[in-house]
Amino acid sequence: MPEMNTSSLPDLIFSILFFFMMVTTMREVTLMVKFEKPVGTQLEKLARKSCTSFVYIGQPTDNLRGQFGSSHRIQLNDKFAEPAEIYDYVMEDRGGLAENDKPFYTVSLKVDHHTPMGIITDVKQILRKAYALKIVYSANKQQ
Amino acid sequence: MGKKRKMPGLNTSSTADISFMLLIFFLVTTSMDTDQGLGRTLPKPPEPDQEQNEIKVKERNILNIRINKDNYLLIGEDYCTVQDVKERAKVFIKNENNDPNLPELRPKKIKNLGKTMMVTENHVISVQTDRGTDYGVYFQVQDALVAAYNELRDEFAKAEFGHKYEFCTDKEKEAVRDVYPQKISEAEPKTYGGTK
Repeated sequence: MPEMNTSSLPDLIFSILFFFMMVTTMREVTLMVKFEKPVGTQLEKLARKSCTSFVYIGQPTDNLRGQFGSSHRIQLNDKFAEPAEIYDYVMEDRGGLAENDKPFYTVSLKVDHHTPMGIITDVKQILRKAYALKIVYSANKQQ
Repeated sequence: MGKKRKMPGLNTSSTADISFMLLIFFLVTTSMDTDQGLGRTLPKPPEPDQEQNEIKVKERNILNIRINKDNYLLIGEDYCTVQDVKERAKVFIKNENNDPNLPELRPKKIKNLGKTMMVTENHVISVQTDRGTDYGVYFQVQDALVAAYNELRDEFAKAEFGHKYEFCTDKEKEAVRDVYPQKISEAEPKTYGGTK
């Protein structure tokens, strides 16, 4: 039996690799909060992921529970934040965008469904102040 | 000249393994999840030097949905459940029989349809929550409201164009949106029934 020629195998794998590199995005942050997104039926897909900032709200994960307690917290990038810090976060993120991408700037709220609305109302008021008026309530599709 | 030596070919049999490793690394560290959610546009912030002249909306044009800290729902003046929201909203938005308690029907010229229709142009649905309300309940109410609008739009598109809203052309979509504009107000925060 002649051996099969495997010299093109690396090229093949490399093309799969490049495909994956293009269609996926790096996981931006390590999550420090636990959240279970609410379930909805009328959801739309997020149009441009590159023009989106994420705000996570939920209870700290189990191993951070001892340090930060169990009340719902806001996570921006890699640390917990107070509602007022969102203003700077938005300004910084939106400032880094190209001029013609700025109108599409969206803030995606990834919020645990047990969060009291008080926090979310605070966040929304600050987003209004920062003129980040497009928001998305992130959710899972109902099966 | 020295004798030509034949270079032995570089052994590349492990390149496949290396690239497999890279592939697996990328599979693990990246996420393909497409973010889904309900899009909303917040109102502009109030100007600091400008007087708060609240827009007067007639009583019959507002559908107040209130959720208290124990997640009880009040639509207008009746208690109800999340399941009722969609039907109530549909009845409210449509006002088929020109009920004096439901939003007023006004003639509106629909540009892309070339005719005038009676629509409840000035209706507003306002969702008010307490600081202690669960976000999950609030989200479900918002979802139900969007569902109500989508169903009405589908019904209208089917009656007018013979197919669902999502299969309409851009012009048809605009006409449908003119008939049923989405008006969900993000109310200013207030507290009801004490804070948690």
